[in-house]
Amino acid sequence: MDELKQVIRDYLVKEYLEEGDDRQIGEDTPLITGGIVDSFSMVSLKRFLERKYSIQISDAEATPQAFDTVSSIAQLVKKFTNI
Amino acid sequence: MAYSGKARESYQNELANLRDQGLFKEERYIHAPQGTEIEVEFPTGNPPRKVINMCANNYLGLSSHPEVVAAAHAGLDHRGYGMSSVRFICGTQDIHRELERKLTEFLGTEDTLLFPSCMDANAGVFEAVLSEQDVMIADRLVHASIVDGMRLCKAMQDTFKHSDMGHLEEKLSEHQDKRFRMVITDGVFSMDGDIAKLDAIVALAEQYDAMVCVDDSHASGFIGKTGRGTHEHCGVVGRIDIITTTLGKALGGASGGCVSGRRELVEMCRQRARPYLFSNTVAPVIVSGALKVLDLISATTERRDKLEKNTLYWRKLLTGAGFDIKPGESPIVPVMFYNAKLAQNVARDLFAEGIYVVGFFFPVVPKGQARIRTQLSAAHEKHHLDAAIEAFTKVGRKYEILGLGKNQIIEKYGL
Repeated sequence: MDELKQVIRDYLVKEYLEEGDDRQIGEDTPLITGGIVDSFSMVSLKRFLERKYSIQISDAEATPQAFDTVSSIAQLVKKFTNI
Repeated sequence: MAYSGKARESYQNELANLRDQGLFKEERYIHAPQGTEIEVEFPTGNPPRKVINMCANNYLGLSSHPEVVAAAHAGLDHRGYGMSSVRFICGTQDIHRELERKLTEFLGTEDTLLFPSCMDANAGVFEAVLSEQDVMIADRLVHASIVDGMRLCKAMQDTFKHSDMGHLEEKLSEHQDKRFRMVITDGVFSMDGDIAKLDAIVALAEQYDAMVCVDDSHASGFIGKTGRGTHEHCGVVGRIDIITTTLGKALGGASGGCVSGRRELVEMCRQRARPYLFSNTVAPVIVSGALKVLDLISATTERRDKLEKNTLYWRKLLTGAGFDIKPGESPIVPVMFYNAKLAQNVARDLFAEGIYVVGFFFPVVPKGQARIRTQLSAAHEKHHLDAAIEAFTKVGRKYEILGLGKNQIIEKYGL
């Protein structure tokens, strides 16, 4: 897992997993369809990425599909940055 | 015709998908007033059968109480059937304001505004009092109507892990640059039955200069020593800025809701909340019934005391029989099955045994958290609960889950 994906995964674990939740989050673990992140709480992830990488993710791009795995989120971030 | 064959086919496919996924909801026809023993037609077309109701929000047993029904009749006679108006044109009667005054007194707030439902109250309140400069920080398990209300509001949205005060503090600290912060929570969470840590939430809100909004729909009338709600239970009466609640559960169970709290916030709702401004006034018959409900529960705590007793007894029975239940104090007692199919099968078998309960599964509750939510009422008598546990035990034995914990049930039935 590259550094970008690692940063995303660390945030997901800290922000969304409850204490004692031993689910593992891999590159392709379904986050929204898998019930780890819901569309209601997804906004904090979007804001984290925007702040961390100084980018602006439009609402049209911030779809549940784009936020469904660490890989797809990394892809979305790369689209807006030169990482 | 604009409803093309393509459109019809598309909706038919979508509905078929819901059926295939086991997510299709069906109504069951009740041939009786709401109560602990009701006649239910299910499946549709079958003759109605008598069952014990363990899934109503009729916490105080007032939905069909003779004095409430009589008051509603009197209201119908004296104030008519409908008002044919929104509140601010010609839809406010003396009794609407009287009910708002009585709710204010009961909840220990500064003012109250009636809405057609608590769904409407939650849909309208945030947009009416917050703007782009503000932030709403909600518990992740708040009711769907709060989620919808937040989506309609231009303030920034954020969430904190369920009842996690450390996480809430991080969020409050992170959003100090905003004009106003509002912490939003349910008082009693509808799916788990746990009670919000309102004392800790209020302390944090005071420390970080935030307002607090509580949806007390599953608490008003029975949580707290005199049934005022979660704020009474947690010792923070007078320190909650907004309480939204419903008349559609313990408080008579008909319909209607309200926003109650700081005078200016309530007035902002009167001026700006769209569900208040653009929908019809609460019908006089419901207002009259609700006034009687408040009289009854202000005069004595007998009903909420009996509900508490029933809750303790039911929790003891379930635990004694070997069921895995969510711990808590509220009359919402979830019996955990984890596997969606198992929860549905148990609910179906219980119906055959004369007990009316419903299985809940994803997306209503998180994946792998399927359950049957049992709900107590002050109208339940000991013999109802004894009959219910007998049926639960019989069905539990059939599926060989008695005495099993979470991991063992998952091992046996999968997720």
